[in-house]
Amino acid sequence: TSKSFLSLPLQAKMSRPVQARRLEGVDKNIWVEFVKLAATYSKVNLGQGFPDFPAPDFLREAFTRALSGENHMLHQYTRAFGHPPLVKVLAQLFGKLLGRDLDPMTNVMVTVGAYQALFCCFQAFVDEGDEVIIIEPFFDCYESMVKMAGGTPVFIPLRLKAPKDGKLMSSADWQLDPAELASKFSERTKAIVLNSPNNPLGKVFSRGELELIADLCVKHDVLCISDEVYEWLVYDGKEHIRIASLQGMWDRTVIIGSAGKTFSVTGWKVGWTVGPDRLLQHLRTVHQNSVYHCATIAQEAVAQGFQRELMLYGKPDSYFVQLSKELQQKRDWLVQSLEAVGMKPIVPEGTYFLVADISEFKSDVPDVPSSDEPYDNRFAKWMVKNKGLAAIPLSAFYSKAHKNNYNNFIRFCFAKEEATLKAANEILQKWKKEKTSS
Amino acid sequence: VEFTKVAADPSIVNLGQGLPDISPPSYVKEELAKVAAVDRLNQYTRGFGHPSLVKALSQVYEGVCGRKIDPLTDILVTVGAYGSLFSTIQALIEEGDEVIIIEPFYDCYEPMVKMAGAKPVFIPLRCKNDGNSASSADWVLDPAELANKFNSKTKAIILNTPHNPIGKVFTREELQVIADLCIKHDTLCISDEVYEWLVYKGNKHVKIATLPGMWERTITIGSAGKTYSVTGWKLGWSIGPKNLIKHLQVVHQNTLYTCPTPLQEALAQALWIDSKRMDDPDCYFYSLSRELESKRDRMAQLLREAGLKPVVPDGGYFMIVDVSTLNVDLSDVDEEQPYDYKFVKWMITSKKLSAIPLSAFCGPETKKQFEKYIRFCFIKKDSTLDAAEVILKNWNKQTV
Repeated sequence: TSKSFLSLPLQAKMSRPVQARRLEGVDKNIWVEFVKLAATYSKVNLGQGFPDFPAPDFLREAFTRALSGENHMLHQYTRAFGHPPLVKVLAQLFGKLLGRDLDPMTNVMVTVGAYQALFCCFQAFVDEGDEVIIIEPFFDCYESMVKMAGGTPVFIPLRLKAPKDGKLMSSADWQLDPAELASKFSERTKAIVLNSPNNPLGKVFSRGELELIADLCVKHDVLCISDEVYEWLVYDGKEHIRIASLQGMWDRTVIIGSAGKTFSVTGWKVGWTVGPDRLLQHLRTVHQNSVYHCATIAQEAVAQGFQRELMLYGKPDSYFVQLSKELQQKRDWLVQSLEAVGMKPIVPEGTYFLVADISEFKSDVPDVPSSDEPYDNRFAKWMVKNKGLAAIPLSAFYSKAHKNNYNNFIRFCFAKEEATLKAANEILQKWKKEKTSS
Repeated sequence: VEFTKVAADPSIVNLGQGLPDISPPSYVKEELAKVAAVDRLNQYTRGFGHPSLVKALSQVYEGVCGRKIDPLTDILVTVGAYGSLFSTIQALIEEGDEVIIIEPFYDCYEPMVKMAGAKPVFIPLRCKNDGNSASSADWVLDPAELANKFNSKTKAIILNTPHNPIGKVFTREELQVIADLCIKHDTLCISDEVYEWLVYKGNKHVKIATLPGMWERTITIGSAGKTYSVTGWKLGWSIGPKNLIKHLQVVHQNTLYTCPTPLQEALAQALWIDSKRMDDPDCYFYSLSRELESKRDRMAQLLREAGLKPVVPDGGYFMIVDVSTLNVDLSDVDEEQPYDYKFVKWMITSKKLSAIPLSAFCGPETKKQFEKYIRFCFIKKDSTLDAAEVILKNWNKQTV
């Protein structure tokens, strides 16, 4: 039936529900809220994960060179699935790391940050009725992306095993229960998301743990979406092992990486996927129907950055080597700083995040049992507003059902200048003094 | 994707893909160079759009639209206009919906609508003068035919003005016909206006969102790539009412979260420069279209001299050409392909000139109607057009 609106006072607004149902349950986003809070209140921002030190000179020089060159065609579209020099060097590097011959055209695809790589994976592989296993705590977008694709997230927690007396907690103390993990796999399981090194805990999965996951993937014919953005940030001589290199895994794994995390340029939004053509072809389909091309200049500069790193691989001058050494020192510094004031850090084996137990400081932020809001959320908000120190509550990294499982932890980012970490320390010291004297 | 590969051969004069080979204005390149030196601009910025960029966009478009535009709630910055189309369609379109698409259409509209689970409903632009078209203005929608396409399932219509590939600039009267139907049927309008600054003498770009009753139901999409000849920056934007844009923002935060910072900052600076001189003819928004108008006229002339029939566009940087006048016999090329595909392949191989076949821009029912046309892109530097001139002047000297 056609309605005659023209005779009514101009019916401007859309009168029926306008948004698609795929947006149900994915509209809330912790970062939108906490980035705003940090921007408004924080004097020291250890919240969102980005470095406040400069990007390496060689990379900024590559960017400037690309701009000043005769070739103004770098301001125009490049190849949709990845700028040729970049996919070429990624294929070389990852081929070397995986011990495989990789084709830059079919085994590599460039994306707008690792975030868009994740999006392409979920859209390409997950359908209504599919289950996707997510290990908690997890980078929050996994859950909403699975839901937006119509899939069902199935959660399994890393469980904290109490450390030996007197020792600090380590991210290695957080482990999967093998029987519990096995029980999560069903005939509806399409994929498992692995994030190693893990954000927020900093856990670096061991070979044994990866083999456990790999065996189940092979047994149940499940895909593995392997988010390895922090692959170069591993400490204490630990090794980052790529699950795709394990028996039976190359053919069922998509590896995701990030220039933002690799080269400390989160604002460039250059990421990539590496995997077999039979999987990447579907990522290409999603990509060409959503974003199509990624910006050219940043890809050109990142390609040059990788060419340098390939030449310096394993040598002391390698940025990968230097960055992880530098961050390990910052990690140790923050660990000491937190310990000194009574916050109990979980020492991370990798990434630039550290989770700490804030139980000693709970008296400042009374619990409100009737509230829906997880305690650590309230704590983090109070802390940024009243102490000017921004951090992220651990519950942000848990599914709704499990948000109250670990109530007393917050996550700090330590990819910060010495001055920033010192300033954070001063805030914490002052806070502790105020508590002791009150 | 298919035609980009073929035309990558440097011996071929590439007038196919919509890619400028002219340089972006120098101040645009300079702004990006300046930005590279600022540390914090290499890190994440605000997800829905870098603050200085959304402010600059609201400044430019408040002037153009004559209404207040809130930079934080009424704008979303995306990865190219392509990203805006995707975010809009994913946010507002789903299974059970129908979406009206005007043919010929920019080829991504159909797969994006399908990916959202909805049904594309096509309506062709029809040539007024019995197939003899000299201008893009000859191509019009039949109002009765259009009205018939709307029903209770129609969620949106996608409008593209200035139009790719024909170059049509929809008049206010034509937009009013569409607006009336949108209001009558309570439909959304997705208005792809990436070529908004490229309108030639005698024509005016009208924003359908400025028509009465339309702001609340329209998403208007723009592109830095087309505005500043920087397609490789991949920055675009969606502008609309808060209650629609908020859904696009939800899609954005679940797909790529944030766009590159340095490019957004440089774009913001360039927009400030031009927004301050919108009353000045030297503003790049106007100077680029003057530059392109002479290239358009040159291209049209060369094509006519070669015996082809160009459809002179009122806007955009594409021109469609009727190649049937040449009577090139390709019936022995025994592929199932439409005539224009075969023609383009023949033209690439034998004339070393590339274009895009128009049936690439049509739904299945209309391919026959448009298969005598191919599309040329004329946002090319003089030496490229010179090379095209040589080919076109020698066209008839070779045996077919």
